[in-house]
Formats: sequence, structure tokens, C-alpha cells
Amino acid sequence: MSISIKNISKSYKKLKALDDVSLEIEQGELFGLIGPDGAGKTTLFRILTTLLFADEGTASVAGYDVVKEYKSIRRSVGYMPGKFSLYQDLSVEENLNFFATIFGTTIEENYDLIKDIYLQIEPFKDRRAGKLSGGMKQKLALSCALIHKPKVLFLDEPTTGVDPVSRKEFWEMLKRLREKGISILVSTPYMDEAALCDRIALIQGGKILRVDTPENIIEKHPKQIYNVRSRETYRLIQDLKDYPGSENVFAFGEFIHFTSSEETFEPQELQEYLLEKKHEELEIYPANASVEDVFMDLASSSET
Amino acid sequence: MKTIKYIVQKEIKQIMRNRGMLPIIFVMPLLQLIILSNAATFEVNNIRISYIDNDQTSISRELISKFEASEYFSVSEMYRSKKDADDALKKGEIDVVLDIPRYFERDLVRNKHNSLAVYLNAIDGAKAGVENVYLNQVVRDFNRKISLEIIQPEDKMLKQMNILSIPSFWYNETLNYKTFMVPGILVLLVTMLSLFLSGMNIVREKEIGTLEQINVTPIKKHQFIIGKLFPFWVLGMIILTVGLIIARLIFNVPIVGNIGLIYLFTAVYLLVILGMGLFISNYTDTQQQAMFIAWFFMVVFILMSGLFTPIESMPDWAQKITLLNPIRYFVEVIRMVMLKGSGLGDILWQFGVMSFFAVVLNALAVWSYRKTN
Repeated sequence: MSISIKNISKSYKKLKALDDVSLEIEQGELFGLIGPDGAGKTTLFRILTTLLFADEGTASVAGYDVVKEYKSIRRSVGYMPGKFSLYQDLSVEENLNFFATIFGTTIEENYDLIKDIYLQIEPFKDRRAGKLSGGMKQKLALSCALIHKPKVLFLDEPTTGVDPVSRKEFWEMLKRLREKGISILVSTPYMDEAALCDRIALIQGGKILRVDTPENIIEKHPKQIYNVRSRETYRLIQDLKDYPGSENVFAFGEFIHFTSSEETFEPQELQEYLLEKKHEELEIYPANASVEDVFMDLASSSET
Repeated sequence: MKTIKYIVQKEIKQIMRNRGMLPIIFVMPLLQLIILSNAATFEVNNIRISYIDNDQTSISRELISKFEASEYFSVSEMYRSKKDADDALKKGEIDVVLDIPRYFERDLVRNKHNSLAVYLNAIDGAKAGVENVYLNQVVRDFNRKISLEIIQPEDKMLKQMNILSIPSFWYNETLNYKTFMVPGILVLLVTMLSLFLSGMNIVREKEIGTLEQINVTPIKKHQFIIGKLFPFWVLGMIILTVGLIIARLIFNVPIVGNIGLIYLFTAVYLLVILGMGLFISNYTDTQQQAMFIAWFFMVVFILMSGLFTPIESMPDWAQKITLLNPIRYFVEVIRMVMLKGSGLGDILWQFGVMSFFAVVLNALAVWSYRKTN
């Protein structure tokens, strides 16, 4: 077991950031922590990387207890905080050298691990880190987090504010790292990235809503989702919300995703209702659920 | 050791690359030393004096010409009435009014003594005090001169028995205030720079988030702290050196004692200041907060250091507080060593206190520095 979290709770004054969270993450797994801002993702990361003490519960990383054996953890994990936190006024190479030195190693020693990533930023090795583009910064940060060959890698929202091409590349890099036996815990607010993980945990309001593979999460979702579209999107949302038995209505790309709480729901009846409301170019058909749909559904039912 | 060396290297690189800070670190203190040392003077010059001459005799005119001859006074137009003079004093056009009574000469000759009224603008009490002393000197001088002229020969015996005191100002024979102020201001600059820079340095890492990254590494507390503070220790020493050179070359301040002793004391003193800076940065989250707290301490330290006002004239409780002020000790020591030539034995007390402060403050700072929160 690479990461084991048992009944962790943490509060900031009155706000409950984490509420009885338990998780198990396997060796060599790419595990996604999916949830909106303020769900408690960063708090969990900070507890696991020994920067914060939990109020209740225990956790271990790479077999070490986060409180008693924090020194061993610091030697065997890599952490990439959500905010870019390398020295902006040092060059790419100097940053990497600095982190290698404080981990008591050298770039050469673990070069094979970071080679794939570092090769892409090597042409800019004399450039100050502050002058790099978002995607480059992120690659440098990942290189720095990997320089000491960690057993577990923590990535807190690594793709926030990064362009789509770099995001795609980044996830490919993560997959290659997983093949080298490194366990990776990654958090993201982007639901589309969830499908790229081995397993995911949906988290909201400090509570874990569900833990499974992305496929299972979608498959096990009991509700049928309908894509609805008409010419006037805004009025459509209003009318769908007013429809009897309406449960979830939210925009998803060019469509509106709609679910009903009624077991006897018939799309035909909805169509008639909407036509009566003078909607033009109306389309209604069953859609394949995505992680986002499941999340929205679970989130809205956990709130009530 | 290698880790510390690398952190030191990193810090120096960062300092050198900070385009905005570099001139502030090196140019500002030197400019301040040169400008402040010329401006922070206790000498009172150009006292604007006016008079109301109700007597209009040769003796009253002679008294006024005495003031005209003095380099401290500049005599302006005479006023016709007391009211005009009062108005001018209120408007701040003049500093001192001399009121010569009617029958000044006649009474002086007849009664052998007389009095003059003097009005001083005492909005700045210290300045008014000095003005009064100068004024009395002129009047006394005048007094001696006319007594020879008008007082009868039988009184001359008495006069000659007057005692004249001749002061000899040790350690600063010409009472040159720069000799006295320059070392003190140098102390201020060294303190200010090292306190502000060290206080803001670790907070800065907090602000930009790099501290979080550092904290998950196996780096040891002492490695990080020593690595961070050492460059500022060196910087403080450099500023001291440049300041001493300026003091010697531009201001001609004598360095009577052993200069090595000043460096030895500064070495320990800087540990105190850097420990304090570190302590401040442990309890603040932004550079702004750190700056405000550092300023608060600086102002108290400066005003209670004995640099501008002698500690001996402070109330008893304030004197006790100055015992906690590191600047006080440094100002004492640098003046003692530079002007008086004191040896290690003479500054042992200050040295002991400083070493004690260094140990306590740094222990507190290291203890309060947490990698977790």
C-alpha cells in the first residue's frame, strides 16, 4: 500500500476542511482526487506531505506514518504545490541543481528519471524560471519534484492554468512515470482529466463521495442522462428546471444535460412540454454519462 | 556543509540578481551616512535676534554691536515697541528678542548692576536652551568689558579675583559633532539594513510559496537558517567596512582604538540583529507585516539608543529599558573604541550582554521556525 488514509479530519476554526476521509492507494497507481475548489484537496495533500497535522485519524505514505516518521517521508516523496513555487530569479538549471543538492543528490544521478521531461526544457536551461511559459514552468516543477527519485509523487492541481496541449503532454508524462513504479496522487478540478487516472475519488465539502475506476463510476451511475438542445439555451435551462421531476440541469458543451428523478420519465413527454413552450430546433436524446455528470449528480444529492 | 554552501550560493545569486534591491543595499546606506552626518547637527547657528532699544545710548548700542560681531547671531532690524517684537516672534520671523530698558546706561553706572529682558521662541526647547547659553556668553563678555570702563578703581581688586574655568574636552577636543555622530549613524545603517533584509527574506519565500516546497524536503532547520542568514551577516560586515572608510576619509573621524575590536563586536552584534529578523519573519506572513514590525522596533531602538539624546538624561524606567536595546551597546562600543581607544577589557560588559542576546534570540528564532503548521 503506497498511501493509506484512515478517518482523517481537519478543521480550520469552524470550517470543516476534511471530514472523516479514508483512502487506500496502491503502489504504482495513478490516483486522481477530483473535486471543485475548496473541496479539501489541498488540505489532504498538505497532511500527506507532513506540512499540516490532522485533527483526527492517521495516515501513512510509502509505509511511513505522517506524524512520527515525517523525516522519512520528506526523503521519499515529491511534492508539486498548486502554486508555482520555484525560484523565479534562478535559472532552470539552478533550480534543478538547488533541489538536487538539498535532497543530497545530483542531476546526473537520477537523470534517467527526468530525462523525458527535462529534455523539453533543456534548450531554456539558462533562462530564469520566472520567464518560462506556464507549460514550461510546470515541466520544471515536475523535474524538481522528481530529482530525488521519490516513491510517491503528489501533484496538487498541476494543470490549472496550463494550455490544453501542455495538459495533454503532462498526462502522458504521468503515465510514463507510473510505469516506473512511482505512485502518483494528483488532484484536479477538471473532470475530463479524471478519465485518464487508474482510479479516482470524487471529493466535495471535505467528504469523499465515491472511489472507483473512472469507467466503473460512470457505469454504476444509475441515472439516464439526456442531451437537450434548442435555439435559446438560456430559456431552455429555465424551462427544464421548471419541468416536473427535474433533478439536474446544467450546460455541457453545446448541450444541456438533463436528469429526472421520476422513474417513469419519458423523453417524449419532455419534448411535448418544450414544444409547447415554443422551443425551436429541439433535440433530445440519451447521452453517455461522463465523470462530470456523475459528480454533479452526487454533489447535488449530498448537499440536500 | 555542502547543503549550507549551496543555499548561501543561491541567496547571493538572488541578491545580486534583484535589480531593485542592489542599489538600495549598497548606495542607500552610504548616501544616508554622508547626508545624515552633515544634517544631524546639534550646533545652533544663525540665531535671528532682534531688539527694542528703549535707552538709545552708547552702552546699549555697544551691547547690540557685540551681538552683531558674534558668529552665532544675525541681528535684524530693531523694533519700535514691545508689541511689534512680540508679533514678529509669534510669526516666527525671529528667534530671540532683547529688550533694553530705559535708563539702561544711567542705572548701570549709578547702581553698578542692571537687568535685561530676553524673550526666546522655545517651541524647540533644546534649541532655545542653547540660544540662551550663547546669549548669556555675549552678555557676560560685554559685562566684563564695561566693568573695566565704568567701574571705579577700588572695585578692580574684586574683579581680578574672578575664577576663569578653561575646559578641556577629552576624546573630542574641538567638540566636533561629526566625530561623535558618524560612528553612531553608521551603527544605525548597519542595523537597519541587516534587520530589514533578514526580516523580509524568509517571509518572501513564504509569500512566493517556495518555502512550502523547501519544507517537504529533508533539509535540516539549522542548514536552512544558517544558509539564509550567512549572506546577510557578510553584507552587514561589508557595509560596516565601507562606512568606516567613509568615516575616516570624508569625515576625518579618528579611529583611536583597535579596529579589529569593532569587527569582533559587530560579528556578534549582527547575530543578534539577524536572529531578531528571523524571529520577526517566523511570526509574519507577508513582507509588509514584517516591514512594519521591523520599523516599530527600529524607531524604539533608535530613539532609546543614546545616539541623539544621552541615556543619562532619560527617566529611570527608560534607562532600564535601554538595557534591552542592542543598538545602545553598539553605539557605546563604537564610540568608545573609535574615539577613546578602549580595549577589550573596557567593553567586556557590552560584549558579554551582546553574546547573551545573540544566544537567546537565535535560540528563540530557531525554536519558533516550524517546517509544519
